[in-house]
Amino acid sequence: MAGAAPFPEWLEVVAIRGGAGMAALAVGAIFLAATGHDPWRAYREMMIGALGSPFAIEQTIIKAIPLMLTGLGVALAFTMGLWNIGAEGQLVAGALAASWLALTASLPTLVMLPGLILLGAAGGAAWAFIPAVLKTFVGVNEIISTLMLNYIALLWVDYMVFGSWADPTAFSFPYSRPFPPQAHFPVLLGDIHIGLVLALIAALLLAGLLQRTHWGYEIRTIGASLPAARYAGMRVRRNVLLVMAASGALAGLAGVGEVSGVIHRIQQGISPGYGFTAIIVAWVARLNPWAVILVAVLFAALLNGGFVIQTAGVPAAIAYMIQALVLFLVLASEHLLRRVRRRRALSQTRAALQVGR
Amino acid sequence: MSRTVSDPLVRLQGIVKTFPGVVANAGIDLAIFPGEVLALLGENGAGKSTLMSILAGLYRPDEGTILFGGERVELRSPRDAIHRGVGMVHQHFRLVDSLTVAENILLGWREPRFLLDLRSSAAHVRRLADQYGLEVDPAARIWQLSVGERQRVEILKMLYRNARVLILDEPTAILTPQEVEQLFRAVRRIRNEERAVLFISHKLDEVRAIADRIVVLRAGRVVGQSSPQASPRDLAQMMVGHDIPVAPKRHLPPGAPVLEARGLDVHGDRGPLAVRGVSLQLRRGEILGIAGVAGNGQRELLEAIAGLRFPAGGSLSFNATDIASLTVRDRWVRGLAYIPEDRLGQGLVGAFTVTENAVLRDYDRPPISRGAIFNWTAAREKAETIVNAFHVHSASLQVSVRHLSGGNQQRLLFGREVLTAPVVLLAMHPTRGLDVEATTTVHRLLIDLSAAGTAILLVSESLDELLAVSDRIAVMHRGRIVGVHPTTEVSRAEIGLLMTGSAPS
Repeated sequence: MAGAAPFPEWLEVVAIRGGAGMAALAVGAIFLAATGHDPWRAYREMMIGALGSPFAIEQTIIKAIPLMLTGLGVALAFTMGLWNIGAEGQLVAGALAASWLALTASLPTLVMLPGLILLGAAGGAAWAFIPAVLKTFVGVNEIISTLMLNYIALLWVDYMVFGSWADPTAFSFPYSRPFPPQAHFPVLLGDIHIGLVLALIAALLLAGLLQRTHWGYEIRTIGASLPAARYAGMRVRRNVLLVMAASGALAGLAGVGEVSGVIHRIQQGISPGYGFTAIIVAWVARLNPWAVILVAVLFAALLNGGFVIQTAGVPAAIAYMIQALVLFLVLASEHLLRRVRRRRALSQTRAALQVGR
Repeated sequence: MSRTVSDPLVRLQGIVKTFPGVVANAGIDLAIFPGEVLALLGENGAGKSTLMSILAGLYRPDEGTILFGGERVELRSPRDAIHRGVGMVHQHFRLVDSLTVAENILLGWREPRFLLDLRSSAAHVRRLADQYGLEVDPAARIWQLSVGERQRVEILKMLYRNARVLILDEPTAILTPQEVEQLFRAVRRIRNEERAVLFISHKLDEVRAIADRIVVLRAGRVVGQSSPQASPRDLAQMMVGHDIPVAPKRHLPPGAPVLEARGLDVHGDRGPLAVRGVSLQLRRGEILGIAGVAGNGQRELLEAIAGLRFPAGGSLSFNATDIASLTVRDRWVRGLAYIPEDRLGQGLVGAFTVTENAVLRDYDRPPISRGAIFNWTAAREKAETIVNAFHVHSASLQVSVRHLSGGNQQRLLFGREVLTAPVVLLAMHPTRGLDVEATTTVHRLLIDLSAAGTAILLVSESLDELLAVSDRIAVMHRGRIVGVHPTTEVSRAEIGLLMTGSAPS
């Protein structure tokens, strides 16, 4: 018999989750070894590439910013039980809206920057609003509609960068004219742009919204039990519209950060799938806003490490594979955690009632 | 019936099964003999269903052994159990709506292995149906059948698999009295073939009518055995452990009408009208009980009054003002409280803590919220008040309510709904699934509340409950109210007749 629990519960939680991460790395190592790479060396290179120098850390944080913002957006929607898997498209829609302003208007920095942020958020919100309206008034499943809209947004970028926004000096490379300097995000440190501040403010606001406002209570109730929400007289349709829009706005901000903070133009492939990785980030973070920030950094490190080891002949896909493994194993560990908790509850019950002795 | 001494078909020895927070079976011995109807009698939560689920291979016991004809056996799954000849008919049927009766009966069975010969199987099903008087058309699809017919399909399924031990879990809860008679006839025929029928129930009269032997369970233990000749009073005593407290009901002079429905029509979930032209009047301080077989429009009626369903016709007035166009929330604010049937799915949020559940109704108004800001201190204070006033036993206010017992969940829900002394309380099956003690508490709360002036509309499937607490009893059948009588002027038999739609005089 296992007997009384020797560890405090939080330690078990950390150990089991950490164990899941380790297991993901171990399985990844098997794949690396099987494809003729030295897993130890590959992981070391990834580590160095992600966190081994000030430059590496800077790059990791830059990649973490869009993951934070999209991750927060997805976490908000998931909290209400809305399966928004269109953060990628909403990011792109935000980038397109901001690019339109940056490329067509000539404004002073003090007007341009707030304009970019607002327009980017509005772009993402509008893109998410489409499936929200379809869901609310026609009953279209948001999983399908948000997914499909991703591809429309991505193709729209192609249309713009090959068409009216094309950079005449780039021959036919798929990118737009560069943004004017007024439309560049200020940097905080090295190349880290103010998107980081936006992401941290967003996490603060989201955590406050969910835990300290009655709107947050409403969102959590709708997510936990729709019949109970109706019973309490909550306006579910209005919340679907608002929360989807807010979720899209956060993803839209990520898009602004990429075009104004990193590449200073819009181009094909502005996101290496941040909006999809965001789903994993939100889930691994168990929809907790502060955990999203932390997990986004870890996943950005993985991504960055993946880019770096390409130069050593290891496919970057290994980073994506490890991400997927982390999700798989963390979800599996949830099951393990439940069993541990159940067993503990059982042994406490039996001890209290002294059965079978 | 006299029975020659024979070897038991199955013997359970020292069965122990625990769930988090509950010891469901605490060392149970039970022998089941061929040719008997063995009734397992006990309150909700006595451990009957758990014990039978162990015998049917659904749960594995923590301790104890199961012997089939003297051989020790481990049942790893329902499949193991049915191969040993144990078949269970659950309260919630396990049938595929879009398949036919014959297809459902064959589903999951080892024969035929490759080719389905539905025609010969259907013929076999028809033979079985005739043999046991379980009339049902093998070619009908499940969704076309009534609840009683679906139950027959489940029984036929087990007979088709040649079950020697047939377990019926609360089989009569969903049946009309006529259907119960038909079921009993079938059970007697099955018993006469040296099979055993295990009949789980907490209804004394039924158990006395059908059983050859009665085993009484209480708190996970066998507390007694009895013959069906035992008096209901003795059986009840064994089941409950102490005298059943009779809730004292004071009949108050009727007050002013507070809720009035006229010609109310309400659509059901599937479209057609579930409530047809219902008119009723509820007076201050009275308890109006609504009797009826489940699914005759009771839920739709309450939901329409609570504001969760918009009526298709008729009028609804509350304190002499029309409320038909008001939202759930507006009605709550005016003093209309509602304890829904689905405690954990609708009345409470299972994943939420006690504190969070305590404020489900008023989370967005003072003192719980001021402006947009949710005040946790105020929420905790409210939860504390409910927990203390209504004796909700919980380790802390931070516990998810799904981990509370049914009685504690109900007291929390009840407390939240009545804390503000509502004008009208709608309560649907408020004691379903509760043990005797919790049931008594709920009855007392209802009576105290009505004495304080609240008008209560109580829907229940327990006639005992309705007779014990109501001032008047209305009967619903097929969406209509087919009779309203003062409790003192109506007999159980009359209500029973009304419930089946056979209106007297």
